[in-house]
Amino acid sequence: MAENIAILGAGMHPWGKWGKNFTEYGVAAAREALADAGIKWSDVGFVSGAATMRCGYPGYVAGATFAQALGWQGAEVNTSYAACASGSQALAAARSKILSGQCEVALVVGADTTPRGFLAPAKGYRPEDPDWVRFYLGITNPTYFALYARRRMDLYGDTLEDFASVKVKNAAIGSANPRARYRKQFSAEDVAASPMVADPLRLMDICATSDGGAALVVSSESFAKKIGKADAPRVAAISTVTPSFASAVVEMPDIATDSAAADGIEAQSFRALLPVKAYEEAGLGPEDVDFAEVYDLSTALELDWIEDLQLCERGAAARLTRNGDTKVGGRLPVNASGGLACFGEAVPAQALAQVCELTWQLRHEAGPRQIDGAKVGITANQGLFGHGSSVIVTR
Amino acid sequence: MTQAQQAAIEGWYTMDQDQPALLGSRCESCGTYSFPAQYSFCRNPDCESTAFSETPLSRKGKVWSYTNASYQPPEPYVAAEPFVPFAIAAVALEHEQMTVLGQVVSGVGVDDLQVGMEMELVLEPLYSDEEGDKLIWKWRPAA
Repeated sequence: MAENIAILGAGMHPWGKWGKNFTEYGVAAAREALADAGIKWSDVGFVSGAATMRCGYPGYVAGATFAQALGWQGAEVNTSYAACASGSQALAAARSKILSGQCEVALVVGADTTPRGFLAPAKGYRPEDPDWVRFYLGITNPTYFALYARRRMDLYGDTLEDFASVKVKNAAIGSANPRARYRKQFSAEDVAASPMVADPLRLMDICATSDGGAALVVSSESFAKKIGKADAPRVAAISTVTPSFASAVVEMPDIATDSAAADGIEAQSFRALLPVKAYEEAGLGPEDVDFAEVYDLSTALELDWIEDLQLCERGAAARLTRNGDTKVGGRLPVNASGGLACFGEAVPAQALAQVCELTWQLRHEAGPRQIDGAKVGITANQGLFGHGSSVIVTR
Repeated sequence: MTQAQQAAIEGWYTMDQDQPALLGSRCESCGTYSFPAQYSFCRNPDCESTAFSETPLSRKGKVWSYTNASYQPPEPYVAAEPFVPFAIAAVALEHEQMTVLGQVVSGVGVDDLQVGMEMELVLEPLYSDEEGDKLIWKWRPAA
């Protein structure tokens, strides 16, 4: 078990398609988190930025960019790039700095401005780039989500109605979240009427890309106690493990999986391995989890995550959803924030946004989205190039 | 094969019209396969081999999953006018213990496919331009 750190404050710039520089969202989120924590910016010793990488887009110097925008004050900085897990990796960097005694208070920030339209690779003939190859073959991001969804249908008997019910659930609760981009309720009929993108997934089964920013102020437990916040939520675990060979589920942007042909090598699922380290580190098990924020890039993927987090048996997540277990008020609420269905993905901010939601739920400040008696929350996400994360927060 | 038919990606598969095969690599030390082929390192964490050979991959496998591309993908995909939706399959190769994506031959959609169905590799145009057809590997339900 690792030592815990305390979450003193959380903040977010609302998600949307605002078209401003990402720095603006990061600064707004940071200021809200600092105010929430009651910490002065000048008292922050370490700024940990979550970055993204796109052509000509300066998100890759996130730590320093946010520190400059808040006003240089001599803090040390770090920038983390880990695709969708960037925020968790930035949080892990802050935790290391705190637990090694090198700083008392750290600010973790992620923010993104997404380009309009399809995310597409650079042009030319570049078969050495797997991202280029798969687009050349017409294999888009929704293709991968659809492959996972279709497999659920054939293996477990999931239906289009099951997938739509995830959207309906998340839209219903997300409509009460002032920080969400989409705050409209949708019916199963609305989902069924939206155009088919990658069979069996329709437009409303797939998440959009958004602008947004999220931030956390974290400290040692002793510092939290010193300033009268001994009961602040704790980061009990951060898993940012790579896949294990042979990674046997075809993942974006690859055209093929690893081969498990060698002696002693077994097929592995990256998504299923991510929470294992988190549970070990926290000294907790799936039976201790009260609620989860998972990466619903598609409606069907939320069901995969519920099983990957071992919150139910493989193949049983659709039934859980049908029973109402995963809505707020149910036995095991999933995506009480509204999830990516209501936010859209702002890559370097999203993993932190998940932890912000855990923080507010554990402090019983989630208003109409509040989960009664929430004590242990877990996040999960996965992105490109073998990056993923799972964070456990307790109170 | 007519002169007007060229590979859409050079060197990734044989251009044998009857029995085409993907060209992967095989680690000479541990037997791990790779597609696309790679010749500088083995991904098996227990293997430090630097010797690899080119090898044709199994031409048949079983559907791991499948989907239809109902929306026109962005470039570098070369779309016909008007865009014609197509199916994509992930096919598990038993011998190589790996799964390979590919388009499904034209005329076969999700309604014709099922997890576990046996598929075989064929060549079909990915697109055509003034030089002729650019052929790519595709999966077809096995006869």
